[in-house]
Amino acid sequence: MIKLIRKFYYGDYDSTNPGASLNTNEKLSEETSWPLWEIFVRSKQGLDHKHVGSLHAADAAMAIENARDVYTRRNEGISIWVVQSKYIHATNAEDADSLYDPANDKTYRHPTFFDLPDAVKHM
Amino acid sequence: MQVNALFLYTQRFDMETDAIEKIFQQKIDEEIKIEPKDWMPEKYRQTLIRQISQHAHSEIVGMLPEGGWIKYAPTLKRKAILIAKVQDEAGHGLYLYSAAETLGIDYLTMMEQLVSGKAKYSSIFNYPSLSWADMGAIGWLVDGAAILNQVMLCRTSYGPYARAMVRICKEESFHQRQGFDILYTLSQGTDEQKAMCQDAINRWWWPSLMMFGPKDEASTHSDQSMNWKIKRKSNDELRGQFVNMIAEQVKVLGMTLPDPDLKWNEEKNSYDFGEINWDEFWNVVKGNGPCNKQRIEARRKAHEGGTWVREAALAYADKKKNKSKAA
Ligand SMILES: [Fe+2]
Ligand SMILES: [Fe+2]
Repeated sequence: MIKLIRKFYYGDYDSTNPGASLNTNEKLSEETSWPLWEIFVRSKQGLDHKHVGSLHAADAAMAIENARDVYTRRNEGISIWVVQSKYIHATNAEDADSLYDPANDKTYRHPTFFDLPDAVKHM
Repeated sequence: MQVNALFLYTQRFDMETDAIEKIFQQKIDEEIKIEPKDWMPEKYRQTLIRQISQHAHSEIVGMLPEGGWIKYAPTLKRKAILIAKVQDEAGHGLYLYSAAETLGIDYLTMMEQLVSGKAKYSSIFNYPSLSWADMGAIGWLVDGAAILNQVMLCRTSYGPYARAMVRICKEESFHQRQGFDILYTLSQGTDEQKAMCQDAINRWWWPSLMMFGPKDEASTHSDQSMNWKIKRKSNDELRGQFVNMIAEQVKVLGMTLPDPDLKWNEEKNSYDFGEINWDEFWNVVKGNGPCNKQRIEARRKAHEGGTWVREAALAYADKKKNKSKAA
């Protein structure tokens, strides 16, 4: 009962149709395999949760339990987030140049844009 | 940055494949990592799927020679350590299967390839572990050889694979040390324990050298993998590095390596060593090693035996979901 199923690339989902119900074919194969979850771990108080990897689990509780066993065996974390991979929205690689282009021509946003007289200290 | 922009530009205008491939290669040359959704040559994808899944299978099958010894560990401390080590290997398998999945192959498909014997895994795990000293030799030599390969792979060109490797490398040095520690303790023990230690080294030495794969001139995938920076060092380069490391460490154990041709070469600034038995190597690769059938059978049984658990967990999750909807 092994089938090829559609893989949701982590962090790279089809954002036009996020989390939409799977078509019949995919639904079938989902019945034989646990869905994929993305795991985020906060390494210590005061820091952000960071993506550490993914795993398969039947539900959120199991995903958290497995994430604890797999990704925090050596005190790597004090808090875990899990989210089913198909619910992640992401930008498209093809859109990168137009998407981030506005940032490129506003170099004055960086402090190094300004030449200050040497006499000015601590600015 | 610029390469990326150019790359995307060409993608938009449907350039010829070889032109896109050139740009892909340029990215690789400039040490820009390839991420799952980036364009990549189909052969790059296939090579990675093959290599990463083989690597994942090796971690999983690699639990078997050690797993069998957990209940015979000589002390509670050794038992706890061995359990932790074997558990790490399960984790390594998972990191790698996840990395392979980003290339579009499903976990269950890879499992199917493993239990049907279609996929390969490291031949080293087709050798039996006959004594407690083997737990030491495996950690020291087998994990030691794996580490050299994995340290190199931390810089591999495919992002998810490189990230999995970084995580794995952080855990591996514990494996090698606990192995060395087992052998070191035996080497300080009774004559019988010393003999056990030497015997394990004798049996694991040559198979460990084989872990680096065929000689460079006989390796079919090497050139392309080097160009794509999937691999960054050749088989023989890594093997030489391994011999240099182990030939020194074995002295601390007061033991020897079973190779009469092993000798320091001043000129080369590294050790010379004897010829590997390549007939044995290919024989084990082809499935005729001492434990090939047993290993696959163990995996098949575990996988099939787990089917009802996977199904039950899904059914339970569904039931809970429906309940919370109804409420
Ligand atoms: Fe490992
Ligand atoms: Fe290991």
